[in-house]
Amino acid sequence: MAMNLTAIKSIYRFEMARFFRTITQSLVSPVLSTSLYFVVFGTAIGSRIDTVEGVSYGAFIVPGLIMLSVMTQSTSNASFGIYFPKFIGTIYELLSAPVNFIEITIGYVGAAATKALFIGAIIFITAFFFVDIQVAHPVWMVAFLVMTCVSFALLGFIIGIWAGNFEQLQLIPLLIITPLVFLGGSFYSVTMLPPVWQTITMFNPVVYLISGFRWAFFDAADVPVGLSLLAISLFMGACLTAIWWIFSTGWRIRQ
Amino acid sequence: MAAIVSVKNLRKTYDTGFEALKSVNLDIEEGEILALLGPNGAGKTTLISTICGITVPTSGTVSVGGFDTVLEYRQARSLIGLVPQEINLEPFETVQNTVAFSRGLFGKPRDDAKVAAILKSLSLDDKAKSKVKELSGGMKRRVLIAKALAHEPRVLFLDEPTAGVDVELRRDMWNVVADLKATGVTIILTTHYIEEAEAIADRVGVISKGQILLVQDKAELMSQMGKKQLRVDLAERATTIPSSLSDYDLALEKDGTVLVYTYDTRHERTGIRRLLNEMNDAGLVMTDLQTQQSSLEDIFVGLVKDDA
Repeated sequence: MAMNLTAIKSIYRFEMARFFRTITQSLVSPVLSTSLYFVVFGTAIGSRIDTVEGVSYGAFIVPGLIMLSVMTQSTSNASFGIYFPKFIGTIYELLSAPVNFIEITIGYVGAAATKALFIGAIIFITAFFFVDIQVAHPVWMVAFLVMTCVSFALLGFIIGIWAGNFEQLQLIPLLIITPLVFLGGSFYSVTMLPPVWQTITMFNPVVYLISGFRWAFFDAADVPVGLSLLAISLFMGACLTAIWWIFSTGWRIRQ
Repeated sequence: MAAIVSVKNLRKTYDTGFEALKSVNLDIEEGEILALLGPNGAGKTTLISTICGITVPTSGTVSVGGFDTVLEYRQARSLIGLVPQEINLEPFETVQNTVAFSRGLFGKPRDDAKVAAILKSLSLDDKAKSKVKELSGGMKRRVLIAKALAHEPRVLFLDEPTAGVDVELRRDMWNVVADLKATGVTIILTTHYIEEAEAIADRVGVISKGQILLVQDKAELMSQMGKKQLRVDLAERATTIPSSLSDYDLALEKDGTVLVYTYDTRHERTGIRRLLNEMNDAGLVMTDLQTQQSSLEDIFVGLVKDDA
């Protein structure tokens, strides 16, 4: 039987409605925090740093800032999106509906990734008010952004299914994603680190994503673009496998 | 009539080792109202959850409208609407959107007129644009029903529709169920209120400890298993039952001022007339008499107790 496209659309629309109901808080907080980053790092500190890899520091941090917001936003949106029905009990409807896990995942992950994309776009526009930026490879920029949104939304979806309470829901983003993103070269180039740390950093998957995204902006990267693409594909593949396993075993959802 | 839901040798053992369903067999006929009666923890909700796809059966099969609920889950589930026991609703969305979401989830194209008609049939039309959290408990239950009906199912499961609901609302819910039956929807409801089964069901199934003890036509069940009692008020207090009346199932109550005769309605002759004559001969003078039909509750308590 064909895919239940109507169901995907319904889930997507229902989730987007949640986003638009809380549009102010959804957008104000990322815009505010990004502006603060620009003021602190871009203007205050950045004025004492000339350029990084030939780019003004204020502009250099733009891709990292967008990635920082987009990764945390897609994770938290997707985890909340699927955790909330579990929490309030409306999950019964998803389980009793003629839908399969692919459709459920596309609906929720698609909506979460879209929200994150919105926020990424808003930050990009905000950045224009603070610094001059050019985008060397616009298509690749969008591609990296979309792939990042989708793969972190997949990760968030897994977290949402795993989480047994709101504390756990916050735990992974707080303990893992934020440090990985901060240490992933959002605010610096990996080449600025001492050699030992450069090696350690290479185990951080986020480095590859930020590097690839930054390459799309400035045509300069810490790691080859091909590696960045490989890293994000592997990450996405791992998340998809995990989700496939979750639904095929019914783990934490279906008894 | 053909069975629209057919449950065969259904077993469910949870990971904890708890055996919630022990080889359940059940055929539900199209267009009927079947009440599944059972104490808490009897397996009512597990049975419904398994039919609806929320719980995975350990073994056995379920078919709905001829479709296997595991192998042909899309076709089977499209025919089913489920009203859960708990009020599980998205609080911040409007009634209208919540119901439209359910319709879409079941793969039916958007149809605002249909959603409006369903809301109207449940007297929710003036609440269509209200947020779910603003509604009263009774209204929320109606929203749950509206959601379950949004995709025009042929079989509707109501899990404890009136648990914790006041008397007025319960009658209200019964009317809703009666209206649904009139539209041709097959309804299966679970309840532990016997009066509910008695009031609205066509057939009654009794479930206890994961087993269906019986499924029978309600009227038949009551007449077959129902015992009737004749209560005779005596003019004078009697201390013992006269030995001439020892053939009857008699008991003295209320300090010997009431003589109770229990008889079976299945018997051709009730023996009432003869008893009254013989009472007269024995010198027992009566001042009044009344009969009582045992309720479904008595039958139910008897069954579940026998099973224990």
